[in-house]
Amino acid sequence: MITMENVCKSYKVAKRNAGLKEACKSLFHRETEKIQALSNISFTIQDGEMVGYIGPNGAGKSSTIKILSGILTPDSGTCMINGRIPWKNRIQHVKEIGVVFGQRSQLWWDIPVIDSFELLKDIYSIPTPNYNRKLEELTELLQLQEILKTPTRQLSLGQRMRCEIAASLLHEPKLLFLDEPTIGLDAVSKLAVRDFIKKMNAEHGTTVILTTHDMQDIEALANRVILIGRGKVLLDGTLDDMRRTAQSGENTNASLDQLVADLYQNMNIL
Amino acid sequence: MKLYCKYISAILKSTMEYKLSFFLMVIGRFLISFSEFIALSFLFSGFTQIKGYTYSDILLCFSVMQMSFAIAECIGRGFKVFSSMVKRGEFDRILLRPRSTILQLLGMRFDLGRIGPLATAIITLIIGVRKSQILWNTGRIITLFFMISGGTLLFLSLFMFGATFCFFSIEETELTNVLTYGAKEHGKYPIDVYGKGIMRFCTYIIPYTLIQYYPLLYLLGKTDNWLYALYPFSVVFFLLLCYGFWRLGLRNYKSCGA
Repeated sequence: MITMENVCKSYKVAKRNAGLKEACKSLFHRETEKIQALSNISFTIQDGEMVGYIGPNGAGKSSTIKILSGILTPDSGTCMINGRIPWKNRIQHVKEIGVVFGQRSQLWWDIPVIDSFELLKDIYSIPTPNYNRKLEELTELLQLQEILKTPTRQLSLGQRMRCEIAASLLHEPKLLFLDEPTIGLDAVSKLAVRDFIKKMNAEHGTTVILTTHDMQDIEALANRVILIGRGKVLLDGTLDDMRRTAQSGENTNASLDQLVADLYQNMNIL
Repeated sequence: MKLYCKYISAILKSTMEYKLSFFLMVIGRFLISFSEFIALSFLFSGFTQIKGYTYSDILLCFSVMQMSFAIAECIGRGFKVFSSMVKRGEFDRILLRPRSTILQLLGMRFDLGRIGPLATAIITLIIGVRKSQILWNTGRIITLFFMISGGTLLFLSLFMFGATFCFFSIEETELTNVLTYGAKEHGKYPIDVYGKGIMRFCTYIIPYTLIQYYPLLYLLGKTDNWLYALYPFSVVFFLLLCYGFWRLGLRNYKSCGA
């Protein structure tokens, strides 16, 4: 179970105007501005849920994921995941989570995928029988047979993403964070990834937290949506709840993307 | 330790993907560091000694510093490229894995290309040892070993110290390069040739003399105080100090980008 209570996080951002003169000036006197990335974020997620975490760019999605996965320490507030504080018991905590960043790779660039997997086996100290069983399962579900022996740098984006997802599940985490897992993928790969995530959730009860800008991902996967904007939770409910909030009148047949755009605009969070 | 070896084998595999570029790099680095040795021997074709140190004494000192620095760069490259790892979010990934951050950092960036300078160091060490009039007994051989390992630890500590700054500013600083590259340059000569001020700085602030000057005196038979041979051990305190600073920085980590 995940509980977050009143979590706040702020960053200091250096500001200066364009130009060489301004750049030199900032050497001596830096103007910094405090940016409140998260203010009083609270929510609870039960085991086995699939939650879509959405919001416009810069809303604080990544910051939340980073706090939940133990990379960042919040300024204030409490966060408990399966009875642990992520940033205090980092090593214990990360054994139980898997994280996929759609825009960054966790595989070794120049060596075959299977070698990366072997390394992860050692990093997570996965017992050999468990590893073999899981690898077999993942290979079959994600159709990796063909590509396991290829170096990561030679994979297409879709192939790589399938390997990334497999890599983050080798140690059988109870909790999976997906940060834009379908970014840049073609229709076939997208569907394959979605199907797989659904299956993982149904068969192993893996809790999934998903951030994305692709509303079809949310429609296909998440039974619950948390909408954040400017560091605040604005809505926490089902996709239908969100539709109702957005469609207070006007166009009822709007596409999901249109809907979200309206929602962002109405709430004035862009 | 087992994991560290696995990391290195992964790097070996990656390197084999680019064989030609690897060989060129090793040869290039070898030539760079070897030219320093040539410069030193040219210098001594004009002088016979500097402040009472002969050519072979200096050569010994030079090779010890070269060796320490080469080994430290080989192991500690992770610290040196740390700021770019932070910028590209690679350090986030390290934090997501259930192993010590330092082990992963060093393992992921083990630098094979440093066998070039290492080769130079070994060659000069052999020449230095053969030319010196030192009576090699067990004590002296161990002292030499202490000097090299102490020096490696000292450079590693400094690399770690430099990397820690990235936690506070996300930018690398040239400050530690002054301390490491500078010391590698100046460490060719026993530190007392630079005078008292530098001596003090290199004893109490950055403990270079403990791995170079004092044990060297013992090695060259300029003193009978065998305690000098044990001085390199005190570098461990410096290492701990730097490690403390690293831990402090880690708590201040801010990550960056999306």
